[in-house]
Amino acid sequence: MRLLLCLVAGFVAVLTQVGTGNAAPARVVSMNLCTDQLAMLLAAEGQLVSVSYLARNERSSAMAREARAYPVNHGLAEEIFLLRPDLVIAGQFTSQATVAMLKRLGIPVAIMSPAYSLDDVRERVTELGRHLGQERTAAELVAAFDAELAALRGPSAKRPPRRPRAAVYAANGYMSGPESLSGAILDAAGFDNVAREVGVPVGGLLPLEQLVLLNPDVIVLPTPWPGASRSEEVLGHPALLALRDRTATAPLTDRDWICGTPKVLNAIAELVNVRKKISEAP
Amino acid sequence: MTRYLWLMIGLSILVALLFVASLLVGPAKIPPLISLSALIGGDAGPLTLVMREIRLPRALLGIMVGASLGLCGAAMQGYLRNPLAEPGLIGVSGSAALGAVIAIQTGLTAAFALALPLAALAGAATSVALLFVLAGPRGGSLTLILAGIAISALAGAFTALVLNLSPNPFATTEIVFWMMGSLADRSFLHVALALPFIVLGMALLLPLARGLDTLTLGEDAAAALGTHLLRLRLMLISGVAAMVGAATAVAGTVGFVGLVVPHLLRRAVGAQPGKLLAASALGGAAMVLAADIAVRLILPGRDLKLGVLTAIVGAPLFLHLVYRTRRDQG
Repeated sequence: MRLLLCLVAGFVAVLTQVGTGNAAPARVVSMNLCTDQLAMLLAAEGQLVSVSYLARNERSSAMAREARAYPVNHGLAEEIFLLRPDLVIAGQFTSQATVAMLKRLGIPVAIMSPAYSLDDVRERVTELGRHLGQERTAAELVAAFDAELAALRGPSAKRPPRRPRAAVYAANGYMSGPESLSGAILDAAGFDNVAREVGVPVGGLLPLEQLVLLNPDVIVLPTPWPGASRSEEVLGHPALLALRDRTATAPLTDRDWICGTPKVLNAIAELVNVRKKISEAP
Repeated sequence: MTRYLWLMIGLSILVALLFVASLLVGPAKIPPLISLSALIGGDAGPLTLVMREIRLPRALLGIMVGASLGLCGAAMQGYLRNPLAEPGLIGVSGSAALGAVIAIQTGLTAAFALALPLAALAGAATSVALLFVLAGPRGGSLTLILAGIAISALAGAFTALVLNLSPNPFATTEIVFWMMGSLADRSFLHVALALPFIVLGMALLLPLARGLDTLTLGEDAAAALGTHLLRLRLMLISGVAAMVGAATAVAGTVGFVGLVVPHLLRRAVGAQPGKLLAASALGGAAMVLAADIAVRLILPGRDLKLGVLTAIVGAPLFLHLVYRTRRDQG
């Protein structure tokens, strides 16, 4: 009798799952730094079986400590297949060959686009929540994100009359434009992006002399990676050092800037502090 | 003599004009008179900063790198009596780049800045010495080019390996810089690093003029005329290593300058290798300045590599020379 009850209960459970048509995948593998972090935020206990090795990198991942709890993969079809996933989450720029191979092996692959704006951040959270069958967690995460963002922005009536002009300048003289995630972070923190003045929409290489002539109020700069590179030499160029002497700087902390996850709030908070410091200064 | 004098005056004027043009060309469009007055007059404004800290060192490096490559090409061709000997083609620049990359990636340059040109010099010296041993005193075309190909390939492979091993995510993409060369965003730090070695190299190579002239008569005749061959060879190796090493350390590998310039000027100096030395130094400076102006005009702000342009000009000429060498050999 008891056995029969169990069987019936099981049957009903299966039926309801089929009924919603939305069985949550049980073994999910993420193979992209940004989807790694979103998946760690959203997945239920035991649902996420592996993240990419990049997620453990303190410098590029905002959730390096959390990632240590998961086995890592290196984005190779073979190792991912052996994990027997029922869903693989890849980024839009994940190797096409790997994704094609996984699909041919019959593994469902969800491909996520990168986020270029704060709206994109909300959408990606919701989208991945749907893939993982964690719609409610996703909705809670978006609500918390919006609340914290509103708190950072402050009361809208008290907007500063003049927004300071900022530049995000990285290795090789790469400048982020207003239509990039970095641009969205700048904007949310109350800065105008000087990239707009030189017609750089998403981002591109800006020769140092143009940056010097733009003369921004704030320059957001990364700290060099370990090991030397010529690409980063431009960050120590005498002309840039002279420019830094008369403008404010803010750190470009890769982990909070690379991925469109709710962690971008850390970057926005840091920039808001810099802006407040500038407006207090005479 | 007068013809040579006129040639030198003409080349000097050309270099001076290109130097000024290089100062006036840039991604930021600034009217010429304003930029020159900002350079000379100077204030604390951003314009002066751009002119003095970005464009001036770039133009100076153009002269220094070009003069080095032109002079070294002429000197090696004079010594080996082979018009195909060119620092970029036969692996000297590539080996210098390997030295520079090793110095940067091991952190030596962070500890002491002169390690960069010194390591590049060591790389260049090793490859020149190796080439002279392999190609022999007469520098037969086939052995010279084959040895050069092998040395280039090896140096390039090790450069790529060292850069791939770097923990720095940007290092790998810099293989292009080391293979194609660029003067973008260089500063007076680089001028200061390279200048002493380039001056030293000139001091070693320019006095070789007479020795190289006597060498056209063959080694025995040269020795009979009082040319100390061993000394000449040592001075040549040190001079080429110092100049190519310093130039490559700051600008990467810029190929074909040492091939094109002596070829264009050879007839004008009456095919005398001695006179070709100083003329090629000026010609090389003009060629690199012109190429560096062109990369900024063709694709402003995209950092088109210098070596791309010099190879587009130089490689067809190289093919022509190979063809002529074959014909001469029958």
